[in-house]
Amino acid sequence: MIPGAFTYHRPSSVAEAVAILVSHGDEARPLSGGHSLIPMMKLRMAAPEHLVDLGGIADLKGITDDGDTITIRAMTTQHELIASDLLAQKLPIIRETSLLIADPQIRYVGTLGGNVANGDPGNDMPALMQCLDAAYVLTGPEGDREVPARDFYEAAYFTTLAPDEILTAVRIPVPPAGHGYAYEKLKRKVGDYATAAAAVVLTLDGGTVSFCSIALTNVADTPLYAQEAGEILTGSTLDAETVARAVAAAEEITEPASDGRGPAEYRTKMAGVMLQRALARAATRAAS
Amino acid sequence: MSDIEQIPVTMTVNGKKVQRFVEARTLLIHFLREDLNLTGPHIGCETSHCGACTVELNGMSVKSCTMFAVQADGAELTTIEGMANADGTLSALQEGFRQMHGLQCGFCTPGMILRAHTLLKENPNPTEEEIRMGISGNLCRCTGYQNIVKAIQYAAAKLNGTEFQEAAE
Amino acid sequence: MNDMTPTREQREAALEGMGCKRKRVEDIRFTQGKGQYVDDLKLPGMVFGDFVRSPYAHAKITRIDASEALKLPGVIAVLTAEDLKGVNLAWMPTLAGDVQMVLADGKVLYQNQEVAFVVAENRYIADDAIQLVEVEYEELPVLTDPFKSMDADAPVLRPDLDGKMEGAHGPRKHHNHIFTWEVGDREETDKAFSEADVTIKELISYHRTHPSPLETCQCVASMDKIKGELTVWGTFQAPHVIRTVASLLSTIPEQKIHVIAPDIGGGFGNKVGAYPGYICAIVASIVTGVPVKWVEDRMENLSTTSFARDYHMTAEIAAKNDGTVTGLKVHVLADHGGFDACADPSKWPAGFFNIVTGSYDFPAAHLEVDGVYTNKAPGGVAYRCSFRVTEAAYCIERAMDILAQKLDMDPADLRMKNFVKAEQFPYHSALGWEYDSGDYHTAMQKAMDTIGYRELRAEQKAKQEAFKRGETREIMGIGVSFFTEIVGAGPSKNCDILGVAMFDSAEIRVHPTGSVISRMGTKSQGQGHETTWAQIIATEIGIPAADIMVEEGNTDTAPYGLGTYGSRSTPVAGAAIALASRKIRNKAQMIAAHMLEVSEYDLEWDVDGFQVKGNPQARKSMKEIAWAAYHAPPPGMEPGLEAVSYYDPPNMTYPFGAYLCVMDIDVDTGVAKTRRFYALDDCGTRINPMIIEGQVHGGLTEAFAIAMGQEIRYDEMGNVLGASFMDFFLPTAVETPHWETDFTVTPSPHHPIGAKGVGESPNVGGVPAFSNAVNDAFKFLGSTHIQMPHDAWRIWQAAKELGAHG
Repeated sequence: MIPGAFTYHRPSSVAEAVAILVSHGDEARPLSGGHSLIPMMKLRMAAPEHLVDLGGIADLKGITDDGDTITIRAMTTQHELIASDLLAQKLPIIRETSLLIADPQIRYVGTLGGNVANGDPGNDMPALMQCLDAAYVLTGPEGDREVPARDFYEAAYFTTLAPDEILTAVRIPVPPAGHGYAYEKLKRKVGDYATAAAAVVLTLDGGTVSFCSIALTNVADTPLYAQEAGEILTGSTLDAETVARAVAAAEEITEPASDGRGPAEYRTKMAGVMLQRALARAATRAAS
Repeated sequence: MSDIEQIPVTMTVNGKKVQRFVEARTLLIHFLREDLNLTGPHIGCETSHCGACTVELNGMSVKSCTMFAVQADGAELTTIEGMANADGTLSALQEGFRQMHGLQCGFCTPGMILRAHTLLKENPNPTEEEIRMGISGNLCRCTGYQNIVKAIQYAAAKLNGTEFQEAAE
Repeated sequence: MNDMTPTREQREAALEGMGCKRKRVEDIRFTQGKGQYVDDLKLPGMVFGDFVRSPYAHAKITRIDASEALKLPGVIAVLTAEDLKGVNLAWMPTLAGDVQMVLADGKVLYQNQEVAFVVAENRYIADDAIQLVEVEYEELPVLTDPFKSMDADAPVLRPDLDGKMEGAHGPRKHHNHIFTWEVGDREETDKAFSEADVTIKELISYHRTHPSPLETCQCVASMDKIKGELTVWGTFQAPHVIRTVASLLSTIPEQKIHVIAPDIGGGFGNKVGAYPGYICAIVASIVTGVPVKWVEDRMENLSTTSFARDYHMTAEIAAKNDGTVTGLKVHVLADHGGFDACADPSKWPAGFFNIVTGSYDFPAAHLEVDGVYTNKAPGGVAYRCSFRVTEAAYCIERAMDILAQKLDMDPADLRMKNFVKAEQFPYHSALGWEYDSGDYHTAMQKAMDTIGYRELRAEQKAKQEAFKRGETREIMGIGVSFFTEIVGAGPSKNCDILGVAMFDSAEIRVHPTGSVISRMGTKSQGQGHETTWAQIIATEIGIPAADIMVEEGNTDTAPYGLGTYGSRSTPVAGAAIALASRKIRNKAQMIAAHMLEVSEYDLEWDVDGFQVKGNPQARKSMKEIAWAAYHAPPPGMEPGLEAVSYYDPPNMTYPFGAYLCVMDIDVDTGVAKTRRFYALDDCGTRINPMIIEGQVHGGLTEAFAIAMGQEIRYDEMGNVLGASFMDFFLPTAVETPHWETDFTVTPSPHHPIGAKGVGESPNVGGVPAFSNAVNDAFKFLGSTHIQMPHDAWRIWQAAKELGAHG
């Protein structure tokens, strides 16, 4: 398992990185944490001729509080997400999710940008970003553009990111204080992708759901924003009957692969179970 | 091969500065094992699951099979070869693994000890659960982990200057 | 005596002999990264070999074109079957009496089969060259289901066997049939079934898995053309056997072959056999004249170098209404893949599967095993067990639970009722074994009392009621497993490998200063032989273990032995060590008698020397005796103090144990959580309790993995699924349960120190304990048997089929 040869680039600015991508087109790939790309290269399933290491770009690091939104620069690692007091206070679901990604070593180098940009349906952050209605900042030769996470994913490994663009930041609207949240992930072992996982953010007003956003991981070839399920629950008291309808609506949009994690039928059902459990846990965390 | 571009890299490995030329695709694990003859870190899975290749890089535990040597240019690294005390005696972790029978075939041990080393720096008093989570990126096929957990607890106690109390079985 | 004279207890403690928790000497180097594993080896001029492999499971090869690869700078050679034919090595014999392609000869029989061997300056160039070798395949119909192997229209997998109706183990009845092995008395057994009050019958499958040590299989071969000598460093659990095989295949005289097994990163049965990588590295070194290294990657390891299990066992038990068993009938369909490369003693095509009567007194039994070919990787190694013993233990332990269910008896009570009784040992089983010793009732009772078995059953019943009332979605299972292993192959009357009897050996040399070097025919892969072998010697000859160096793995220096697998090291080499030690002690006694000017019959052994009976002040320590042996031996006696022993055991040993597993299962996800696992092992005399506990922890963890999800799967096209550590279930510290260990001691009567071997017991007993726990949990919903592995989705599916999802 040896990667093919490539030319290594280590730009120190985003502009420089974009320029390298522009000049090499499809033959260049940005490298962030590398724990998706490098194994693919070792299997010779990916053979970029130019590798653009984003690790030297200081500007791609950091988490900033913009008031209503929080901006996380793309090369911020999962380890840094877990350690962030700001996120712990305002977006605790990010810490909860990060702790369920891969293992400690990989979290030191795995980045938010890499996790959301490469389009692997097994990654956890894409569904979470859809749940949070985050936007991705894509920087290309023409400058920045913003794409909602909910519109970014087209198919497995296919996204709206152009070959000469770099995902440079993620902007996340801060949910209201007192929101309930949960990320429930069923996996075979530490380090595995989800058999199914569900992200939930909701607010309660006197026991009634005033807002509910749901997204699902690894039960289709893209992350799934379960809009209808969220709408069904909004205005409800999370009574069993409504939850069952929402779970059914969420299961309805899944289209999982059958693999070692289980047949499609099982994974669909697990998406439902994870959602149900995430809802219950989110509700206990929400201020009423 | 002469026509392959060789890139200069400089690192501080186990306190010593090293400079070499490498091919861009040279994996860090091969750089350590083949170029620097540091054969303590091992290759177990090549897909970043087993952790046998774990080393410390700028204070982080990383899997050196899934990183290019060029990415580590300028970095400070510690491998198992740099773990013993300055006087050559076994460090608390190395001693803990021996005292608690935390190893058998020894193949996972260098990665396991390096991971535990960084874990204890970040969390000097880990609970059993924190230790188990903390070493969950390292596979061991021999021990069933129970004695590895004890080995790390032993080291934590020793580093904290307290007596290691083995949990009652 | 003055106050400084150590007491007897102090002298004993100073030896660190048998029974003490001696810390391991190996750990000094391993904890410092100074182990010397094969891939750590670097020789001047060494090059690297790697395989082009087949993407297809069954295909003809119509063309191999290596010209582009050979143009790549740094590529030295590309070997194919045609090249190997020149040295008569395109095929090699297997341990099971079959032949196996080294490189694909005209066709491939399983995905990832070795097609060509690329030799290049380093592993990077070798990998580049692999991409450039063009191979044209013509796909053939694929056979992956062993139940269809012997269909009339099943594809012919082995045209090389065309018309050969006699195999290594008797007649073949179909072109994909390998052997039928029959043991026991069919008539007697049929009679027991016709007279039975109750019978059960169940197909119990033990899925295909893989030993997967953390270090893969690898070697370095170095041919010195001037001297005509070949040196091979490799991951060999049985280095001497490799040397003999290498000599027979290469025609290089055996004294000119040096096989060295350095430190090994776990074996678990994976490193017993000879693989194409070893052969190709050797041939490549002979061809190129430089050392050639071959290191397989993890996918290659999981998908080609051996598998384990893949036994489909139909078990039937006949019993009386009171639960007394009267007969056992088992048929096994054994899936051996494309070649029969099982690593069993040569006369045993299904290993010691005839231990399948287990711990129970079956008056009649009959067993038949059919081996068949499929388009899967060859192998059939004993993954942390004696040959096919874990399959047998799983079969009988599941079947006993099913019988208990049918009789509405508690599974522990049914076992107690049918155990071979302590007074029946040595016990002759209906399938031909002589169990050496055992006290099953005591062990089982201790296990049940310790874990609070009856209370757990009451709790389980209450939980079942709560589940039925809809108050909980969690159910509880209690897995009972009582296993009897058969290890220590083996008596030469029963066991050989390619004609070499399965003895083992020890050579011990006491140096003039009283220190020792000793060498054995075994090879540790993590078992800690350097520590424990020294403990045996320490106790036997009274020299501190710290002064005894143990060396294994170098065939030039170690006496011939059959290696380490099947828990044979302690039963066989352990005995050789004790006997060689005793030879030394006997000579020492004569020397001491001369030194003390008494008759040797006036001397008695005392911890670390000889003393005159009735006058303990007059004594000579072994250290003093050793010096005398070299500078003043008794007149007429050869100087020196050393001994060799080759031990051919009179019988196998039969370790046993009682394992109990308490499991909670989330019916809605299928996730099973092990609440408690209690393992009581009886391995006879205990040499180092610390190491025994470590072995049990490790074996249980492997058993947990196998039972709960570890599987090598194939799709219908013969694609091997999940051959990486993402999918192949190796639990981390998070999933692995906490282990509780316990023991009883029933020494083996025929072993010099009474030890039986323990390394594999936890795998053998653990798998049924986990599986029985899962099955036990679902019994109350009407389930009889749920197949392994019990990963979450399969448990969920079983729950669904039983109506547990409403």
